[in-house]
Amino acid sequence: MLAFIARRLVQSVIVMLVVAFIAFLVFRYVGDPLAALLSQDAKQADYDAARERLGLDQPFYVQFYYFVINALQGQFGISYRLQQPVSQLILERLPATIELAFASATIALVFGVLLGIYTALRPRAFSTGVIMTGSLVGVSLPTFLIGIGLIYVFAVELKWLPSFGRGEVVQIGWWRTGLLTQSGLRSLVLPAITLSLFQLTLIMRLVRAEMLEVLRTDYIRFARARGLSKRAINFGHALRNTMVPVITITGLQLGSVIAFAIITETVFQWPGVGSLFVNSVAAVDVPVMAAYLVFVALVFVVINLIVDILYFIVDPRLRDGARTGK
Amino acid sequence: MHSSLTRIAAVLVASTMLAGVANAETIRWARSSDALTLDPHSQNQGNTHTLAHHIYETLIGRDNDGSLTPRLATEWALKDGDPTVWVFKLREGVKFHNGNDFTAEDVVYSIERAKSEFSNMKQLHAEVQSVSAIDDHTVEFQMTGPALIYPNNLTNTFIMDKTWSDEHDLAVVQDFASGASNYSVLNTNGTGPYTLVSREVDVKTTLAYNEGWWGEKPPVTDIEYLTIADAQTRISALLSGEIDIVQDVPPQDIERLSNTAGFKVEIGPENRFIYFGYKFGDEPLKSSNITDSNPFNNPLVREAMELALDRDAIKQVVMRGQSIPTGIPNPPFVRGWTEELDAYPAPDVEKAKALMAEAGYPDGFSVTLDTPNNRYVNDEAISTAYVGMLGQIGINVTLASRPVAEHSPIILANESDFYLLGWGVPTFDSAYVFNDLIHTKTDLHGTYNVGLYSNPELDEKIIALGTMDDMDARDATVAEIWDVVKADRVLLPIHNQVLAYAMREGVTLPVQPENQPNMTTVTFE
Repeated sequence: MLAFIARRLVQSVIVMLVVAFIAFLVFRYVGDPLAALLSQDAKQADYDAARERLGLDQPFYVQFYYFVINALQGQFGISYRLQQPVSQLILERLPATIELAFASATIALVFGVLLGIYTALRPRAFSTGVIMTGSLVGVSLPTFLIGIGLIYVFAVELKWLPSFGRGEVVQIGWWRTGLLTQSGLRSLVLPAITLSLFQLTLIMRLVRAEMLEVLRTDYIRFARARGLSKRAINFGHALRNTMVPVITITGLQLGSVIAFAIITETVFQWPGVGSLFVNSVAAVDVPVMAAYLVFVALVFVVINLIVDILYFIVDPRLRDGARTGK
Repeated sequence: MHSSLTRIAAVLVASTMLAGVANAETIRWARSSDALTLDPHSQNQGNTHTLAHHIYETLIGRDNDGSLTPRLATEWALKDGDPTVWVFKLREGVKFHNGNDFTAEDVVYSIERAKSEFSNMKQLHAEVQSVSAIDDHTVEFQMTGPALIYPNNLTNTFIMDKTWSDEHDLAVVQDFASGASNYSVLNTNGTGPYTLVSREVDVKTTLAYNEGWWGEKPPVTDIEYLTIADAQTRISALLSGEIDIVQDVPPQDIERLSNTAGFKVEIGPENRFIYFGYKFGDEPLKSSNITDSNPFNNPLVREAMELALDRDAIKQVVMRGQSIPTGIPNPPFVRGWTEELDAYPAPDVEKAKALMAEAGYPDGFSVTLDTPNNRYVNDEAISTAYVGMLGQIGINVTLASRPVAEHSPIILANESDFYLLGWGVPTFDSAYVFNDLIHTKTDLHGTYNVGLYSNPELDEKIIALGTMDDMDARDATVAEIWDVVKADRVLLPIHNQVLAYAMREGVTLPVQPENQPNMTTVTFE
């Protein structure tokens, strides 16, 4: 197990380096940071001097080299747009994105699994048809449209929920949470729902497909023959065996939700790392973009590692296999 | 009977509570993007200055009609007998937020800091040779030559407290290469009407009234400055009652908001004009099918292109009435503008076609138009409309539309044959336009003269403007330069932009032409 983790960590570092390298390769085509950095009436001499001072006239592999050297020392530079250290900016905004991502993943997981089980156990009921069709709508509408629709209905017309922002936050050490205040929780509702809809559909259909397959297997039939209760069969045996693919998908989705909740964060003005990234791209804020992409690679790598470890826990066959493999 | 008594009691209690808080008026103000920093000299950018004007102050301010008003300076004049020295008398009894007195040495420190290497304000003070404190409330600026309009350059240069700045090592403005952030990016100490209460970048900044301010107490005592990037969300927040004022209103929402009960839109002209630029010179255009000459170099072609431009149609269809068509690349508030210069010809497609034939391009030609798509109001739509108009006279235009971050480097590298750009004039004086757009491109001038127009006679006059000591002679030279610029059609101006602020009924914020409104001008009904 330890060797497995060590091997994965080495692979993770390689993944992050490759991502950073590709990112730097692409940055030269995003635009020129100096247009935003210097004044409208800056002279040509000023542009040339600034370019040299910031090292922007050097080829991308040289810039990449310095970036890696500095990153290894924990130095990610200063944001061109906001003039604050990049690592500080990302850490400040991380709690907001993580809370949103986990809230939406929880909604998606809970409702996805419940609806998936329900539609698997009653495949021919009318309500099942309604749920399946409704979920298709949820996944075909783009996120920003759902977001704006929810804002219009719940914030502008009904005035029940706020239309933007995170509400009041409470600082606990380094983490700023919106979960402990009423306005924070109210602000979380609409963005979390918006972000959860496509995940919910995926999880629901996956659970349904897996359950339908598992319910047809021999061991379930034998369990019924033995006289086990419906609950013991459906939840104790059938559901447990469907969880491995669900965990994989949830893990990957969680990674992509944390990294790319960009649209939802922009629509709801949620102060997370996604909206930070979008603003940085518009202003060609290279230090923030580079650090963010490396951070995203780290997120995916960590989540995949956790998912693999969860396999060991959930599926006894993998555990035994690892032991006998030695 | 019982319940109506309770109801009456509740109303009475509520009304007394309202009376108690009637003096504290909070304004929730939303924009599309935040101030970049709280360091007053680091950036020369609209949103940053707008916020800074509430916390810090300048020597001289600008009224909504464009005229200069005293702020921290009460009087200013050229020294008797020496037209190269400006003397400023400073306001007495002004204190910084931390209690320090405002004196001349703070002015000297701030101007030197604004002129320092990493400050984006230094261009405006390039003609200042030295600044010195004569006594606690008098400052002298020694200019490199007669600088008649220098006070115009002080309207966005803020005064910092020397003592406080020295305590926090602020002498060097933000140097990105050094990797360190300085204290003034997030902390302030100004003389302005509001103090900083909290700042969450890209989210919310709150300000509260500074009781020790020297001016008359404004109606607004607390400000919540919010950033809402998405346009629909911004307007929804106004409609749901979470915001009082929206400063950046998308043009398609102006009419709808004006007609919605409970809301109104204030409209006013902006100090910003939008124009098309040409590549000059004899070299054939890279993006054109004509390989033996440069059509834009021919004045008849430029005249034809102006006659093809229907500014009023663009105003009506593209801008939905929200633009002020103009025939000169200079907004009306700027010194040097005249009605004759502003006049533009009515579109005439037949005459344009005849001119094209006369110029030697009866079959027209092709060219690429470079336009930004996220910088100016409806920039891409304006370009698209003009492409259609040029098609009518035989000019086949390929539209290259890019975000401003990619558009700017292409422009600044002089690589564009034909481009759309916008320009504001923060000094409210024509020389600012000449220096950057008309003068031949050198290390110090003509940075945005990316069509590489070069007229050495005009260059001489433009340089001379900086050293003239007679205002009438200067105005006359400015008029001469404008006459040549207009006759030569160096640029093709389309219109001046219009600003729209949306707010709930009961609040009035007048439009400020530089789009830098101050909450002290808000009135309640």
